[in-house]
Amino acid sequence: MPANRTFEVKALSRVEGEGALYVKLKGDRVEHVELNIYEPPRFFESFLRGRAIHEVPDITARICGICPVAYQMSSCHALEKALGIATSPEIRSLRRLLYCGEWIESHVLHMFLLHAPDFLGYESGISMAADHREVVEKALRMKKLGNELLEVLGGRAIHPINVTVGGFYRAPNVGSLKKLIPDLEWGLGTAEEMLRLVATFEFPDLEMDYDCVSLKHHAEYPLNEGRIISTSGLDIEPEEYEGHFEEHHMPQSTALHSVKLPEGTSYLVGPLARVNLCSDQLFPQAKQAAESCGIAWPSRNNFHSIVARGIEVIHAFEEAIDIIRNYNAEPARSRAPYTPHPGTGCHATEAPRGLIWHRYRIGNDGLIAEAKIVPPTSQNQGQIENDLRAYVPRILGYDDAVATKKCEHMIRNYDPCISCSTHFLDLRIERT
Amino acid sequence: MATKPSLAVFKFASCDGCQLSLLDAEDELLAVAGAVDIAYFLEARTQQVGGPYDIGLVEGSITTPHDAERIQEIRKQCRFLVSIGACATAGGIQSLKNWADVNDFIHRVYAHPEYIKTLSTSTPIADHVKVDIELRGCPINKYQLVELITALVHGRKPRFPSYAVCVECKRRQVVCVAVAQGIACLGPVTQAGCGVICPAFNRDCYGCFGPKENSNPNSLVQHDAANGIPRDHLVRLLRNFNAGASEFRLASDHMERSVSQS
Repeated sequence: MPANRTFEVKALSRVEGEGALYVKLKGDRVEHVELNIYEPPRFFESFLRGRAIHEVPDITARICGICPVAYQMSSCHALEKALGIATSPEIRSLRRLLYCGEWIESHVLHMFLLHAPDFLGYESGISMAADHREVVEKALRMKKLGNELLEVLGGRAIHPINVTVGGFYRAPNVGSLKKLIPDLEWGLGTAEEMLRLVATFEFPDLEMDYDCVSLKHHAEYPLNEGRIISTSGLDIEPEEYEGHFEEHHMPQSTALHSVKLPEGTSYLVGPLARVNLCSDQLFPQAKQAAESCGIAWPSRNNFHSIVARGIEVIHAFEEAIDIIRNYNAEPARSRAPYTPHPGTGCHATEAPRGLIWHRYRIGNDGLIAEAKIVPPTSQNQGQIENDLRAYVPRILGYDDAVATKKCEHMIRNYDPCISCSTHFLDLRIERT
Repeated sequence: MATKPSLAVFKFASCDGCQLSLLDAEDELLAVAGAVDIAYFLEARTQQVGGPYDIGLVEGSITTPHDAERIQEIRKQCRFLVSIGACATAGGIQSLKNWADVNDFIHRVYAHPEYIKTLSTSTPIADHVKVDIELRGCPINKYQLVELITALVHGRKPRFPSYAVCVECKRRQVVCVAVAQGIACLGPVTQAGCGVICPAFNRDCYGCFGPKENSNPNSLVQHDAANGIPRDHLVRLLRNFNAGASEFRLASDHMERSVSQS
């Protein structure tokens, strides 16, 4: 193996959105790592200014086709705080149900169509289906159930139309939700079976000293609400976020990098962070699966994120079934009314890929005067780079093609979602 | 066709939702993968087969100088080019920058505007190259996508509705939200295809599928304004995901001028 090498991948695949990675090696030393996000900027925060309050969840959904609910939920909660309105317990649980649907479709898509092929040695879920047809078919059926929840509750799977500030335009029909229970029970059983499968994958040994950050709620696994906590002892309200985290604009990227203050360090958000910090709040079957899957939690290896996703899929099916079982009458009022007035509100929820934070200011004219959105992938970017710095020296023995594949595999641990143009990938490794 | 036609999926400025629709066709995905050769689809597979391709699906709008060049090359590579979704067919939500000072937009989002390369406009694919078929929607309807691929594989014309959302609404016996609630609804001027989900969920249609052929959105919103709906509300209703579609654009500009004159 020559001491000075260059390897290059033109476009990273099986991620959402477009970006590039550049790694420069000097002998065995990693000299430089940078994520280059070339996803064109779309300026959501700019054009939200001057829009009416009720339009915000329709618009922010369009930031990401894979996790629109995360954007909608964060917008609604933040604007409800700005307006000082409270939603009913029924609305609250229906919102959790909607979020469960998104977690199922997003996690299952990533686990079996995007990430499992790395572990099993295929270039895609489509190729994997030739040898593992049953696994892929079951995964597609699970994913479809997540989408069906989104359709019944949100009107459609991508960019749901039924979400609004204060609640829903129309409460879901009891019968149409109850009808889903037998399929969701199949999904729960299959999710347990799939977890046993992914837990047997071979995980590269990359232990990192992660500062995990997630929401934490005393009574439930974090989705819509909670305080923001971290491995290093942070425990704050979402309103305090900007005092503890900061976004930096790097030359290589149309996405902003977030760092944790005061030292400007990287941190980890997403399924591994959540399972590490909140496993005591998992539903019983998910908790049991976490305990018996052979991985000791908390884990410091983000290759385990596929297992964490699997645990969360079990949780999402369990919680969805629980919510639907307890949904016996349509709420008298599907949304809390409001009158626009000036105010500021911020809120964080847990997108499938991790913590997402929104802040809005409503102006004197009752329209949006200012918007700030911090998506999960921009928060993970610094950590992805740090993981690569630690991982690349371990794989120098492989030829360029294999080493590059391994880097891509590592990056997919994060399920990076870069089409929000606060987003991210082309992988280039230069060895000199 | 003797050999399987090849399919390529390309992305420009967008949310990924329209190409995701192919992966969301859970019941049909493996069959589609059997009927066409998915030669280039970065979101789904690592394998990249070079062109030319029989079918090219293009998601997203043109917003950077580099993308304006890239679409020219893609057009040369694709025998049949389909633009999918509101970004590709009308410029998408990001076309709102066409009404703004793009430098102001950049300064509001980025600390170092000098790092950002962007055009002052977001434009549909058809403004740059010849497009063979447009698939509307924000997002597209996955069944329309499957119908499109099926039709192309069999060498026939795909069947899409060309009537307004209102027609489907009546067929489904959904109560008219414009009449019952007195709100503005773009159903009369919007192309069908979504399954009338918004009126069925008790709210206004906000035009995801863009203007239907020969529609007159200007007349609709003038009627709404005469019935007391604030003009600035109507401007915003027309200026979202299909803001750049010419019928919606002309109507919103006209309405905006009447706001400033009133």
